[in-house]
Amino acid sequence: MIGSPRARRTATLLVCYGIVGAFMVFFLFPPYWMALTSLKTNQEIESLEGIPLIIQQGATLKHYRDLFTKTDFLVYLKNSVLVTVPTVLVSMVISVMAAYALSRLGFLGAGVIGTGVFLVYLVPDSLLFIPLFKVIGGLGLLNSKWSLLVVYPTAIVPFCTWLLIGYFASIPRELDEAALVDGANHFQMLVRIFLPVAVPGLIAATIFAFTVSWSGFLYPLAFIYSSSEQVLTAGTVTSLIKGDVYHWGGLMAGALLASLPPVLLYAFLMDYYISGLTAGSTKA
Amino acid sequence: MGRVSPDTAAVHAAAPARVTPARARLLVRLRSRSAVGIVMTLPLILLIVGLVAYPFFYAIYLSLLNKRETAFVGLDNFRFLLTRDTFWLVVQTSFLFTSLAVLWKAILGLTLALVIHTLPPRGQRVWRGLSLIPWVMPLALSSLGWWWIYEPTHSALNWVLVLLGFSPKSWLAEPFWARFSVTLVNIWYGTPFFMITYLAGLKSIPQELYESSAIDGANAAQRLRYVTLPMLKNIIAITLLFSTIVTLATFDIVRVLTRGGPREWTHLFGTYAFELGIASGDVPLGAAVSLFMFPILAVSAFFILRGIRRSTS
Repeated sequence: MIGSPRARRTATLLVCYGIVGAFMVFFLFPPYWMALTSLKTNQEIESLEGIPLIIQQGATLKHYRDLFTKTDFLVYLKNSVLVTVPTVLVSMVISVMAAYALSRLGFLGAGVIGTGVFLVYLVPDSLLFIPLFKVIGGLGLLNSKWSLLVVYPTAIVPFCTWLLIGYFASIPRELDEAALVDGANHFQMLVRIFLPVAVPGLIAATIFAFTVSWSGFLYPLAFIYSSSEQVLTAGTVTSLIKGDVYHWGGLMAGALLASLPPVLLYAFLMDYYISGLTAGSTKA
Repeated sequence: MGRVSPDTAAVHAAAPARVTPARARLLVRLRSRSAVGIVMTLPLILLIVGLVAYPFFYAIYLSLLNKRETAFVGLDNFRFLLTRDTFWLVVQTSFLFTSLAVLWKAILGLTLALVIHTLPPRGQRVWRGLSLIPWVMPLALSSLGWWWIYEPTHSALNWVLVLLGFSPKSWLAEPFWARFSVTLVNIWYGTPFFMITYLAGLKSIPQELYESSAIDGANAAQRLRYVTLPMLKNIIAITLLFSTIVTLATFDIVRVLTRGGPREWTHLFGTYAFELGIASGDVPLGAAVSLFMFPILAVSAFFILRGIRRSTS
């Protein structure tokens, strides 16, 4: 029994929406459950009665209030911002300069460096955190948030450089040779010609730098042990858990708020985010 | 990349014949290119040499020392690890975790990409956007959310299981279920990356291929088998290798959910190295554990590079 093409198309669509729906439940249940828990009263979280998947005894902002008044959450937030802003700036400056030089100024070894950059991008943080722990100790930066400013660029710069090389390579060479004849120096050329054309790439690279710096967990966990120096990820995981009594409401409020900046950035700049994410595979 | 273009080389060669002041200036500038290039790349090179290459060799050096880092003990740390049951458990967990997680992420990611690709274009944006949320949330923090989901008495997962007539599980306390739980979170986190990559791949397949296969009377399964999959072959291979590296190096999920427990059944190389090197203070042994990851990473990286070279040439 074969239906009309139109009926078959409708059936296909229904199946597709069913599958997409199932994926959405899987993907979005954890954040939903976190948000729900953060708004429930402690009595409701502990209660074994009723349906846990909705709020039945009224929502409360108590966990959020407590987070700001009774925990070090604001200290972690401040430290995360203090680490992330200079990390992003330094990483972007290094990446832009290197990408410009590697894509335009042919010099001996540029090709080898380009390949090297890509290989370094593949090095995960859990491979080198132990020697880096010793290096950070040698620099006198153990238990300081500034240790992160030293190590995060190693995770950010290779990818950003590689991404920007791709963007710069798409700018026609006639443009910079004309500028050179007009007497522009390399700095002027980079700022006036390359950066304006590569804005989408710069945004994608900046988002990547921000996300890596904000979400990093292993390095702060390994290098920092004082609450006053800790950043949001490691701080939320290690110190908002008090003894044996898990403050689920407060914990989820903290985890959710700390997750918000990258999620918001993503929500507003989704297309740039995705272009950066897929650059590796589609350009490849 | 980064080669002097033929035009520039021609200017270079022809210049000495007729040297006008403007040409001379241009010549100097072109010669200074190399110097400027090296100066501009210097921060990158220093960063890679100082904070990646040097730590790598330093890790090898550290792994050859005794616990107090006072004496050279050769390969004793590696030999010691190979005699320990816990270490072999870590190897087993890492292998199972990585292979199962990568396989499921690829299957689910491809399925979702194909399904979204079939939907009307206007809606695709929304589904694609929502799908990426697990990937965008900081993993340590979403793992905290999963930790609470897995809580056995007050949380959602067991409540739903009981509702459906199954017996509740103590997710993170039983070895099998703990491994399952950790793998599930990794699949949740990584599937969006596969989906978005495959979706970009699907969009780049020329529509004519499908049209001509439709004329040949190919059904949906045949189109998938003979058009879509061959066209995505390279992207699939690169994502699998790339994900193998990232998944093998997983740290956040295990550290937050189980800290390697119960009885070391969920430790991966990264978390076990952390436990030994940072938490217990045996830096050389921790460095040795991390280094066991290196051969797998190197082989994957080699094939990724080859795959990329092949598709660009």
